[in-house]
Amino acid sequence: MDSEATPVHAEIALVVNGTEHRLRVDTRASLLDTLREDLGLTGSKKGCDHGQCGACTVLLDGRRANACLALAVAHDGAEVVTVEGLARDGRLSPLQEAFIEHDGFQCGYCTPGQLCSATAVLDEADRGWPSAVTEDLTADPVLDDDEIRERMSGNLCRCGAYTGIVKAVREAARETETDGARA
Amino acid sequence: MRPFVYERATSADEALRLHEDGARYLGGGTNLVDLMRLGVEEPARLVDVSRLPNGEIELRPDGSLLIGAAVTNSDLAADRTVRESHPMLAQAVLAGASGQIRNLATVGGNLLQRTRCSYFQDADKPCNKRVPGTGCPAREGEHHNLAILGHSEACVATHPSDMAVALAALDATVHVRGRGGERTVPLRDLHRLPGDDPRRDTVLDSGDLITAVEVPPLDIPSRYRKVRERASFAFALVSIAAALDVEGGTVRDVRIALGGVAHRPWRALRAEEALRGAPAIGEEFQRAAEAELAAAEPLRDNAYKVPLARNLIVRTLTELGERS
Ligand SMILES: Cc1cc2nc3c(=O)[nH]c(=O)nc-3n(C[C@H](O)[C@H](O)[C@H](O)COP(=O)(O)OP(=O)(O)OC[C@H]3O[C@@H](n4cnc5c(N)ncnc54)[C@H](O)[C@@H]3O)c2cc1C
Ligand code: SF4
Ligand code: FES
Ligand code: FES
Repeated sequence: MDSEATPVHAEIALVVNGTEHRLRVDTRASLLDTLREDLGLTGSKKGCDHGQCGACTVLLDGRRANACLALAVAHDGAEVVTVEGLARDGRLSPLQEAFIEHDGFQCGYCTPGQLCSATAVLDEADRGWPSAVTEDLTADPVLDDDEIRERMSGNLCRCGAYTGIVKAVREAARETETDGARA
Repeated sequence: MRPFVYERATSADEALRLHEDGARYLGGGTNLVDLMRLGVEEPARLVDVSRLPNGEIELRPDGSLLIGAAVTNSDLAADRTVRESHPMLAQAVLAGASGQIRNLATVGGNLLQRTRCSYFQDADKPCNKRVPGTGCPAREGEHHNLAILGHSEACVATHPSDMAVALAALDATVHVRGRGGERTVPLRDLHRLPGDDPRRDTVLDSGDLITAVEVPPLDIPSRYRKVRERASFAFALVSIAAALDVEGGTVRDVRIALGGVAHRPWRALRAEEALRGAPAIGEEFQRAAEAELAAAEPLRDNAYKVPLARNLIVRTLTELGERS
């Protein structure tokens, strides 16, 4: 059967960092390759292509996800935010600022994934989601260092910038808390 | 990766209709897409079932839960009701994978994820599970993380799911829709031991669709614990889901299931039987653990799992006893 060897294509729509795109993709294409190759958004990185490193983490319909394991065709109609979309009106997000301030990176390869992941960590904590180290599953979680390490464990850093990453996330968490209190 | 046709099903009926020979259902894809990329799975068609109208968690009047197969692992663990009523289930889900994988992964896909045996995942290596009759290199090779219980000459793989271990301890049932209509399968019977047919992980037939998981009420203290090679984001070496009810110093009810030790979640029925009605003290926990693990047949490099499993049973029951 020669149909087995013939690539299959599909038309999909994606809203990426606020802009709508209509694309024709190979059904085999990952969301990561689609972002990088078709849309030229090379911020999201490919570290392992197996879900093991987190370098490809993006926000998919508001939740962090490994773009390397997501088939683009399966996310037709989705809203995607990549590292390129974290800044607002030309200003870095408080989390991005905190990464710079606390040396949350060295080579920077894992950073786009770390930033997207940490953005979602703040949101998940806000919504009261527990983690594997949360002792009381029904209490509101507090993002201390143990919680941050556990929640960020899907993002590896070959440079070992973890100390700075934890500090940056902790600071951003504190800022969101005070913002929330003020609001 | 081999080209494939992609279809998105909007109902269980449609999913079954779209599923033909050589097709696979697609949940979050976190295991299937990975295996396709590795050349281990080569479906000609994917039927996406991640958006079927079974993405809800229902708490029924009797305290049982009906969890739709398309519920994501994150939503299951974050659900307030689940956290309050079945804490060990939330803990087991949270102990698995990473935050970003749990957002994609579904309950149905989690149950049917394949073994992490490295030979199974390498399409160039022999493996009875992948290609029947080619042999099991793990038996003499890399098996430090493989089975100590219920394995066979043909296969020594383990089932990797954390969630399934908790569901085994909870006496959950799986709702399945197949060619012959609907049926339920006790979760404890869903996964098989390898025997001489390691190709099959479960008792399901091709085209069988998991639609939901039903979990009976739980009103006794419970806990999931997992031992792994690093603090987080790694599969279990050994894990335990346990629940214990003590009254007047005597064990009234106990459930124990182990992960990382067999081709399926291992419900420790022998240990449970030894404990029911026994004094809730360390020596009894130890005796019960040993009764269960007497059946263990460790391989050259995984004998460490036997004392690990024993200590995990004793420690977890002791802790639960103090809370009971
Ligand atoms: C790096 C990494 C680390 C991980 N660590 C852990 C861990 O520590 N603990 C753990 O438990 N898991 C772990 N996982 C595995 C993860 O939990 C599973 O990949 C996930 O739960 C599978 O769900 P899915 O929806 O993505 O399934 P898919 O990949 O979409 O599907 C898996 C299988 O289930 C079938 N299927 C899916 N839905 C249905 C349905 N409704 N009915 C019938 N068949 C169906 C598919 O055809 C396929 O065969 C890890 C995965 C990765 C990549
Ligand atoms: S243990 Fe099972 S999965 Fe692993 S190589 Fe042997 S047959 Fe294959
Ligand atoms: S590239 Fe996606 S997790 Fe590594
Ligand atoms: S900064 Fe280099 S990999 Fe993380």
